[in-house]
Amino acid sequence: MDMDALIGLLHATIRLTTPLLFAAIGGLYNERAGVINIALEGKMLLGALVGFMVAFSSGNPWLGVLAAAASGALVALLFAYVTITLGADQIVSAVAINLMMLGFTGVVFRLMKAANSGSLSAPTFQEWTIPGLAQIPVLGPVLFRHLPLVYLAFLLVPLAHFIFYRTTWGLSIRAVGEHPRAADTLGVKVRTVRYLTVLWGGAMAAIGGAVLSIGHNSTFIENMTAGRGFIAFSAIVFGKWTPLGTMLASLLFGFADALQLRIQAGILEPLFRNLGIQEVAYQIPVMLPYVVTLVALFFIGKSHWPAAAAIHYDREEG
Amino acid sequence: MGETPFLRMEEIVKTFPGVVANDRVNLEVRHGEIHALLGENGAGKSTLMNVLYGLYQPNGGRILLEGRPVAIHSPEEAIRLGIGMVHQHFMLVPPLTVTENVILGLPGARGILLDQAEARQRIQEIADSYGLEVDPDAPVGTLSVGVQQRVEIIKALYRGARLLILDEPTAVLTPQEIQGLFTVMRRLVADGRNAIVFISHKLDEVMAISDRVTVLRNGKDVATLETQATNKAELARLMVGREVLFRIEKPPAEPGPVVLEIQDLVVRDDRDVPAVRGLSLEVRRGEILGLAGVDGNGQRELAEAIAGLRIPEAGTIRIQGQDVTRMDAGDLLRFNLAYIPEDRQREGLVLDFTLSENFIAKRFRRPPFSVRGFLRHPAILDFARRLIRRFDVRAPGPEVEARKLSGGNQQKVVLARELSQEPDLIISAQATRGLDVGAAEFVEQQMLAQRARGAAVLYISNELEEIFNLSDRIAVIHRGEIMGVVRPDQVTPEELGLMMAGIRREGAPATESPAEPVSSNPGGHP
Ligand SMILES: Nc1ncnc2c1ncn2[C@@H]1O[C@H](COP(=O)(O)OP(=O)(O)O)[C@@H](O)[C@H]1O
Ligand SMILES: [Mg+2]
Repeated sequence: MDMDALIGLLHATIRLTTPLLFAAIGGLYNERAGVINIALEGKMLLGALVGFMVAFSSGNPWLGVLAAAASGALVALLFAYVTITLGADQIVSAVAINLMMLGFTGVVFRLMKAANSGSLSAPTFQEWTIPGLAQIPVLGPVLFRHLPLVYLAFLLVPLAHFIFYRTTWGLSIRAVGEHPRAADTLGVKVRTVRYLTVLWGGAMAAIGGAVLSIGHNSTFIENMTAGRGFIAFSAIVFGKWTPLGTMLASLLFGFADALQLRIQAGILEPLFRNLGIQEVAYQIPVMLPYVVTLVALFFIGKSHWPAAAAIHYDREEG
Repeated sequence: MGETPFLRMEEIVKTFPGVVANDRVNLEVRHGEIHALLGENGAGKSTLMNVLYGLYQPNGGRILLEGRPVAIHSPEEAIRLGIGMVHQHFMLVPPLTVTENVILGLPGARGILLDQAEARQRIQEIADSYGLEVDPDAPVGTLSVGVQQRVEIIKALYRGARLLILDEPTAVLTPQEIQGLFTVMRRLVADGRNAIVFISHKLDEVMAISDRVTVLRNGKDVATLETQATNKAELARLMVGREVLFRIEKPPAEPGPVVLEIQDLVVRDDRDVPAVRGLSLEVRRGEILGLAGVDGNGQRELAEAIAGLRIPEAGTIRIQGQDVTRMDAGDLLRFNLAYIPEDRQREGLVLDFTLSENFIAKRFRRPPFSVRGFLRHPAILDFARRLIRRFDVRAPGPEVEARKLSGGNQQKVVLARELSQEPDLIISAQATRGLDVGAAEFVEQQMLAQRARGAAVLYISNELEEIFNLSDRIAVIHRGEIMGVVRPDQVTPEELGLMMAGIRREGAPATESPAEPVSSNPGGHP
């Protein structure tokens, strides 16, 4: 593989990690507070659609991102109400949201297509080339020629680390996820912490979705996220619930995605030819990120979930 | 004297679905006093204090602090009023450090930024002035329960608590640690500004530490007395509602051959750290070997290893001479082993099953309970009715769910199932935990009856009094090792306490079975 191909591959890794990173780092907040979030998928998908629609109709991709965040927070509010206030099961509620969003975004997008005879193409973001840094050989083009949202996503990682380990908020979040009753006896508002982290996680996941529709592409496609919300969820587990670990896991999955695209584009053709393989069905490389996810979770060993993960808290239930 | 009391709780009522936990309870606490709240399990002590701490909202009554009526809607408000509570089950977050646990929920001096340095210093000051030694940077989960309790007290004092509630603080401590706690408590009230509510169901402790005592029974306050002016017998009568015998009579043991023999056993716990570390012991036919120790020193893992619920890493377990080390509970059925697990609700019973179903859980595959794979209800019901009668289970009938029974009756169901098979070996883990005096007595009588029948009994408990009452020999476990094996009449509670704290008994009289001496060294080779 030549240098340009390598740079291309790594650049794509960063790019493809971005949607995962938004969802995973956002989801990390509520996971640490003890709310399991397998609804990342649905929130990403909604964010992709809403981001696209608002960017399309307003002509401003930033408005699209804001709208996506708001929509993600709104669905998260529903999820929070059902699970935190009403005490419904977190997993079942999340599955319901995922299914609902899959149907909802599909229907709305078809209606939108029917109503607009012309092309459905939204304005997208321009790359920001960081002056100076972008000139560094190899690293420059890999790291510093990206959409603004890419930088934002990676900045969320140190921010999360700072909040978790250096602020009173972070201490409360971690305590609520481990032992909500203990936190409650010290005056930490367990429900408030859980609500806020769920809302924040929802907004971030939706932005991750918008990266797909108005960052990497300029349109929406039905079921565009194709399981990335679940991969983001796995990244949190694989990253052992730390911001840094979650980022590294997201990068691994992003890399798998970048690699499979290149395999589809034929970088391994010469190898296959040498092996006497005529044709490789495209479905096989497409599986790669999912296979990597499975294998990664297989190797992670015993993982230590936040002790109160997925457990409803009610003060008067002893 | 007309002095305004520190705290008055008047006519407090608190109900839960189907239970009146507090029924017009009154409590008055004065400045500078240690006020004991005495009552059996389920009497409503914790509930009353949770109401005071703002965790539960009362259905009636009022609370006055220094003469002023207050409404306490949340723990936060209680803290602001100077109330601190150390809960029966500690409210600590294990992965967080001592300092993080202490400052959790407090606004920092630097806004949202954590200020650990300054907090650490204040913790040190509090620790020094009351003799509450801790390492501020240790993760709480790595500390012993005794130290965790200090963290809990520091947490309250750090928040400026002047009225400190200690909910059954001695349950998890060794006798020496209890003395240490009492010293701290006396220091805390010494200047007459503070007060302590000390919850306990142990009469000796109440007599030793309190100035006054309020007795709760069935959710009602039955009396408030000056400790000086009362005695154990009166308190026991008030607490239980009838006369109580303090010692049960038991005939001398006639130990037979070894039934259970354990050598150099190593068992890992759920976190994969060795909890039983090279332990050896043996139990003979017709004797009760009491296993004393502070909770969490490997008792659970040991019991589970013997019962076939946990595979040991090394060592051997022999029952009737046969190696059963790697057998699971199913294989062990033929050894006629009874197992009374620590957690009767999760392991001892299927709460959603009926009593009859629970009774036959170990033998439903065999006649008369099933024939060719079909359950025979008449036989099952008949059996269940007999057990209910014989073990005096208070239940509407054999078809009610185990969940609906009180703790004491649930334990009777477990005993009935396990003991009705006339076991050769009984492993009993904390069998009286959470039971009222009557039910606990019943359990003890059953154990003695089994011993008289010729069963070998390994009786694990962290209640020293019970260990003394029942055991023919006492083994003390500390960090998964046996610190020594002694006879109850040749040891004082203080000596046992030292062993429970990890001090091996030197030159213990060559112990104690007629046939051959029992070695107290973990190597255990003859
Ligand atoms: N959160 C709760 N929900 C339902 N019932 C409860 C709860 N807390 C306590 N109870 C019931 O109230 C009664 C008193 O319990 P508790 O105050 O814990 O007793 P004590 O502390 O004296 O052992 C018991 O019957 C118990 O089952
Ligand atoms: Mg209690």
